Amino acid sequence: MRSQGSNNWRVLGSQILVCVCCSAAAFADPAPPLSPTNIFAPASTPASSIFELSLFVLAVTGTIFLAVFFLLLYSVVKFRKRKNDDGREPPQVYGSNQVELAWTIIPILIVVALFMATARVIATVQETARLDNAIEVIAIGHQFWWEYRYPALGVVTANELHVPVSDPDHPTPTFIKLLSADTDHSFWVPRLAGKTDLIPNHPNSMWIDPHKTGVYLGQCAQYCGTQHAKMLLSIYVQSREDFDRWAQQQSQPSQEGDSTAAGQRIFETTACINCHTVAGTVASGRFGPDLTHLMSRDTIAAGAAKNTPENLRRWILNPDAIKPGSLMPAMQLSDPELDALTAYLETLR
Amino acid sequence: MSTDSIAWPSTTAESRSLVDHLHEWIVTVDHKRLGMLYILYALVFLVIAGIEATIIRIQLIRPHNDFVSPQVFNRLFTMHGTTMIFFVTMPILFGFANYLIPLMIGARDMAFPRLNAFSFWMTAFGGLLLYFSLVGANGLYGAGNAPDIGWFAYAPLTSQTFSLGHSTDFWTLALLVSGFGSIGTAINIVATIVCMRCPGMTLAKMPLFAWLNLVMGGLVILAVSPLTAAQIMLLVDRYLGGHFFDTQAGGSAVIWMHFFWIFGHPEVYVLVLPAFAFASEIIPVFSRKPIFGYSVMVGATVAIGFISMSVWAHHMFTVGMGSAANTFFVISTMAIAVPTGIKIFNWLATMWGGKIEFRTPMLFCIAFLFQFLVAGLTGVMLSAAPFNWQLGSSYFVVAHFHYVIVGGILFTLFGAFYYWFPKMSGKMYSETLGKLHFWLFLIGFHLTFDFMHIPGLLGMPRRIYTYEPGRGWDTWNVIVTIGVFFQAAGILVFLGNLLWSYYRGKAAGSDPWDAWTLEWSTNSPPPAYNFYTIPTVQSRRPLWDLKHPDDPDWKYE
Repeated sequence: MRSQGSNNWRVLGSQILVCVCCSAAAFADPAPPLSPTNIFAPASTPASSIFELSLFVLAVTGTIFLAVFFLLLYSVVKFRKRKNDDGREPPQVYGSNQVELAWTIIPILIVVALFMATARVIATVQETARLDNAIEVIAIGHQFWWEYRYPALGVVTANELHVPVSDPDHPTPTFIKLLSADTDHSFWVPRLAGKTDLIPNHPNSMWIDPHKTGVYLGQCAQYCGTQHAKMLLSIYVQSREDFDRWAQQQSQPSQEGDSTAAGQRIFETTACINCHTVAGTVASGRFGPDLTHLMSRDTIAAGAAKNTPENLRRWILNPDAIKPGSLMPAMQLSDPELDALTAYLETLR
Repeated sequence: MSTDSIAWPSTTAESRSLVDHLHEWIVTVDHKRLGMLYILYALVFLVIAGIEATIIRIQLIRPHNDFVSPQVFNRLFTMHGTTMIFFVTMPILFGFANYLIPLMIGARDMAFPRLNAFSFWMTAFGGLLLYFSLVGANGLYGAGNAPDIGWFAYAPLTSQTFSLGHSTDFWTLALLVSGFGSIGTAINIVATIVCMRCPGMTLAKMPLFAWLNLVMGGLVILAVSPLTAAQIMLLVDRYLGGHFFDTQAGGSAVIWMHFFWIFGHPEVYVLVLPAFAFASEIIPVFSRKPIFGYSVMVGATVAIGFISMSVWAHHMFTVGMGSAANTFFVISTMAIAVPTGIKIFNWLATMWGGKIEFRTPMLFCIAFLFQFLVAGLTGVMLSAAPFNWQLGSSYFVVAHFHYVIVGGILFTLFGAFYYWFPKMSGKMYSETLGKLHFWLFLIGFHLTFDFMHIPGLLGMPRRIYTYEPGRGWDTWNVIVTIGVFFQAAGILVFLGNLLWSYYRGKAAGSDPWDAWTLEWSTNSPPPAYNFYTIPTVQSRRPLWDLKHPDDPDWKYE
């Protein structure tokens, strides 16, 4: 009964909204016209449930706005003091109990309707049971990058999250456990789900089930320090086959070639290994991103720069030039050392 | 009520040096002088924090801009927020409350004049302490000067691990010190209203202004205390080895959020209730009608006061509180829309059937009604927790609360400035400059804050010093920044108007608006003792009764 009522409201709401601001329907897939991070272009169930609720809320608040706005406009125009005013005071009215009662009860009814629609979406998103075939990811927020671990698949990566597409008929959702290694962060990819914070000592979780392949963007949404702005998120939604191939490749150590021995020696004898891991070598630091498959990623520095040899070299030379305030120190290497190190990193595929 | 035949001792000596003048202002315990000190002090900080906002907006005018570094940007938004809340809006509202409450309730001063002076100077030193961080906060680490933790200073960014040097200490101590000042003033306001009303002024015959400030005072006492406690806990964490918020030693970041927002949300009502108070005085006078539904307005105010203590965690919908807690805070937050809506309807009904005069104070109040309506409705949108998971921490939220604080509170404050300037200075302001100020500020406000909602809907988070191109945010940010310059021009006209009118304005007389509350029955500016004889009232509009002996209010109330 309750849900039916709020459904009708929603239908009415979306109709009104489409008529009034003609924007809602235009935000549909695949390429959102206004922004790749438009909250009105949902591509996953949590984002869609929020979108439907937002249409209802917008319809209700929009209607109230129009009604009160025109009342205000009318009274300002109609009851302005005229040029030919007789100078007498208008009738002194002190109030009216009936009127007061009306504009107390009507808002209460509106609030009840809004509340019930809202409570239902809270339950839909927060109380969803975990499916057996769901992908499990642990996302760990760091100043100022993202660590992703797939415990079941033996994969560790950074900044670019890969998940399989989820067919609505045979859903393969991804459940993300959210942890923080240092300060508060927030995981926000608007087209897939609302944001959830990553708080130290306070594990959170969220889930997504993207319906279409593609790259979905977002960024950290809780101020976390100097480089909060360049803590970008990208989620690569792949077909099941592509995802499995990616996971298989990522779970292997990277192949090494002899030609890069010099670069590898530099890597393993300087401070690099204090923070970075390259699986299969002595490098096993956890403070910075795992570099085992560095070259399989499109960007470096949490999306701050494209992953090209030139950028990689600039980054090692002086991270502050790309991302001022980043916690990676400038390594003070000579030009030949830089070249060798970059060449080594380029072999980490 | 006033008796000219009695020779009162002159309060002005013949000629005094500047030092004497300053000395008199510094040692004053007069509520009117303290009120003006609060206001002037807040205006200085308004300009400072406004300049900070302007730099923030210049930085954000295009993607990958490097007008300021990320470090400087983070300090700017922290200082802008902290200053605007604690050292502009609160002091300026306390200033008006201080100045007007004794005059409106027919008293000669506040209940505790010396506590009043103490509170002002605590607040003033708090502000100076915050800005002293610019020279004093580097510490041994060369760790940067002004605080860069955001105005709500979430743990663990404030811990020694993430905040080297002393910038966080300056922030904490500034809020601690000014918090004592706020609590002192709040106690004073409550005591004054409860104990010092003139004969005949029962609680039900107080001006609404006094009622709203009474509830505001109560809220300050309830809300600032937890903030003060949290600041002390933070200091214990930083210097005495405590672990309240130290997540690396098992402390809780979420506890800080609860402490902060159980202050932070009532704080919104601490700021907005005095704004309601201005509107509740100005709208009736310029509509030439009494306030519609006085008793319902009082009831709604008290209801807002109570409900506002139970909504704080709607700032924490994304923290992962669980569906039960989220659902509770949805309903409590939505409930507060009801008494707030009642207020808007009652102001509208006050205008209905009146004869509205569009003087500058009224223009600001009409704009306030419109803008507060929008701010309330975006607030309802944010109160729907799932919608909040998208809108929270985005520029939509930034637009929403600026709509409340600028569009709601600052607009009524400007209205209050123009409305009571003749009383405070004895001079009439320039109506032309006042209207110019209004239109410039209105245009600037809407350019900035209307368009600021949109990048939020398109996924732009707050507190980022720069953003990526290609996200559809660029154009909106340009418009938002342009609006800032209109607002700045409006503020300059406003300050110019105050100065010009103070020196060159025409004499205002004691009652330029043909108004009805007691402050208009005494001289402009009022003498140190306010009233020659303590007035006696019979209704909520004592001056109406005097002006219309044939049709007095007390027959109907």
